Amino acid sequence: MPHILAVLEQRGGVAKKVSQETLAAARSLADDLECEVHGLLIGPPNMKGDGLGEYGADKVLTSLDGELELYQASRYGQVAAEQATAGEYAAIVVAATSLGKDLGPRIAARLGCTLASDVTGISGSDGIAVSRPAFSGKAIYRIKITTRPCVISIRPNAFSPILTSHPGTIEEVSAGNGGKASDARTVAVKAPEHATMDVAEASIVVSGGRGLREAEHFKLVEELAQALGGAVGASRAVVDAGWRPHAEQVGQTGKTVSPNLYIALGISGAIQHLAGMRTAKVIVAVNKDADAPIFKVADYGIVGDVFEVVPRLTEEIKKAKDG
Amino acid sequence: MKIGVCIKRVPDTETRIKIGADGKSIDESGVKFVLNPFDEYAVEEALKLKEQAGGEVVVVCLGTEASQETIRTALAMGADSGVLLKASAVPLDPLVVARALAAELEQGAFDMILFGKLAIDDYGQAVGTMVAELLGLPSVSAITRLEVTDNTATAQREVEGALEVVEFSLPAVVTAEKGLNEPRYPALRGIMLAKKKPLEIKEVDLDQGGMEVVELTLPPERKAGRIVGEGPDAVPALVDALRNEAKVV
Ligand SMILES: Cc1cc2nc3c(=O)[nH]c(=O)nc-3n(C[C@H](O)[C@H](O)[C@H](O)COP(=O)(O)OP(=O)(O)OC[C@H]3O[C@@H](n4cnc5c(N)ncnc54)[C@H](O)[C@@H]3O)c2cc1C
Ligand SMILES: Nc1ncnc2c1ncn2[C@@H]1O[C@H](COP(=O)(O)O)[C@@H](O)[C@H]1O
Repeated sequence: MPHILAVLEQRGGVAKKVSQETLAAARSLADDLECEVHGLLIGPPNMKGDGLGEYGADKVLTSLDGELELYQASRYGQVAAEQATAGEYAAIVVAATSLGKDLGPRIAARLGCTLASDVTGISGSDGIAVSRPAFSGKAIYRIKITTRPCVISIRPNAFSPILTSHPGTIEEVSAGNGGKASDARTVAVKAPEHATMDVAEASIVVSGGRGLREAEHFKLVEELAQALGGAVGASRAVVDAGWRPHAEQVGQTGKTVSPNLYIALGISGAIQHLAGMRTAKVIVAVNKDADAPIFKVADYGIVGDVFEVVPRLTEEIKKAKDG
Repeated sequence: MKIGVCIKRVPDTETRIKIGADGKSIDESGVKFVLNPFDEYAVEEALKLKEQAGGEVVVVCLGTEASQETIRTALAMGADSGVLLKASAVPLDPLVVARALAAELEQGAFDMILFGKLAIDDYGQAVGTMVAELLGLPSVSAITRLEVTDNTATAQREVEGALEVVEFSLPAVVTAEKGLNEPRYPALRGIMLAKKKPLEIKEVDLDQGGMEVVELTLPPERKAGRIVGEGPDAVPALVDALRNEAKVV
């Protein structure tokens, strides 16, 4: 009976939250196919795989090595592909994070199988089928995957973690053979200039656009994001102007985000911006132009000046949180 | 240095998507096609490498007859020659595309092969890294910085909340993220020269791979929201709606 392999992510030896989502997607597929979920956690020797059973893993496989603390593309690809071959798997599920978007194609190429990227819906009730956005989110493919195994990467925030009463077992597996001398090596991980939460992972994103008028005014955006416990995002116009780093850009040539709450401040809502955030659960827009296209996708809008509305909003949010 | 760049013809980003009669693909009538924006960064970086180290830049595109136009765009930017792997259609399965490209690139003795991070039509972000694996070459995806000295290179890529610095030796594969450079516009002279540059056409026969499109649909329209009010006085009503109606705060 083929099972589902969920390749999980850790940072500093602790499983990341997105791994709970990967397990949730794998679990729903496994429930349809009536099989097990095996989580694979690749990381440093002090890493433990405990606590993941509750999120849907029947078994957690840990692959431990000092060299695996940082993402080493080739070595991770080797370990995951070996594990995928050692067990019999119908599907290998990864998260479509920057790690998963690099690792997924490596596993698929090594296994000689297909890869469905950035999947937002998954079903195993009639073979394996997935939904995935294409054309910058302007259309959605529904695809039947006809070969086994297959690799599926799931979009962050598209699957909610589930809790089971299942403890799950833990088993240590091979950490690979160290790879080739010619492999690319990650030699350092540097903190970016602004050490903040990443837009693609945050469940609340507050983005600013050209309506903020200058880089210094982004303080307003930062303060609101902080009050909400969210991340700061930006339109391309302000990234190109050098006000904000590219890592914060939301949209077609930036990041795709699906947070619970997306707040657009002084952003017009160009089609390329919408491509990156239209799947947010709730969208709020503040813009002084009542005809701005952003209002067509916003659940709630305020027509007004960001310099007047945003400080008040930050204040009211703080009050609401304290009360 | 011999540099390869894989490029794809895709609908322009402004395109309004209409679903075709088969319900499985887009209606291409009236759609303007362009060189994939991420591939522009790849072509630009290749041209910079050539300016720095000498050599030649070859662009490779898998697509229909119409992709010749896309190749000419890259030639007008400054690439030296192009290869069209001509197929009746481009399959959605990234491995099928990667295998066809790898088979072509394998014969080229390239020192460096560049891709875009992502094709904005299929949104796969897979082909470049797959080609690297198929060819057994070191690779770094979604890079925002590249430095090449002789046979070694250092690249940077942005990951969630950090920057990874990766070292590797050539030959190698990289995929380009926005921020890597500012692509040049083809100058008139470049456009004229491009017409005379070699463009070789090779027929390829592809299977569908492991993906069968069931349907292509437009995303559900977001329900028309509401304007809560005007100016700062509308803020309490907004916060109330976010707390009690949407329950997101
Ligand atoms: C190939 C390609 C890829 C692209 N990729 C992206 C992408 O990934 N992400 C992206 O965002 N864009 C992208 N763009 C750019 C996009 O087309 C827009 O140019 C960009 O999104 C506009 O940014 P903006 O909304 O901040 O600025 P503008 O369009 O200038 O809008 C500013 C808004 O602020 C409002 N405003 C001004 N002053 C105030 C005030 N005091 N109070 C309240 N509101 C105010 C205005 O009414 C206006 O609506 C791309 C374009 C191309 C061609
Ligand atoms: N049909 C194609 N021909 C040439 N290059 C391609 C093709 N499809 C994808 N690529 C390359 O692979 C990158 C990633 O594409 P994708 O995995 O489809 O998102 C693109 O930016 C191109 O550089």
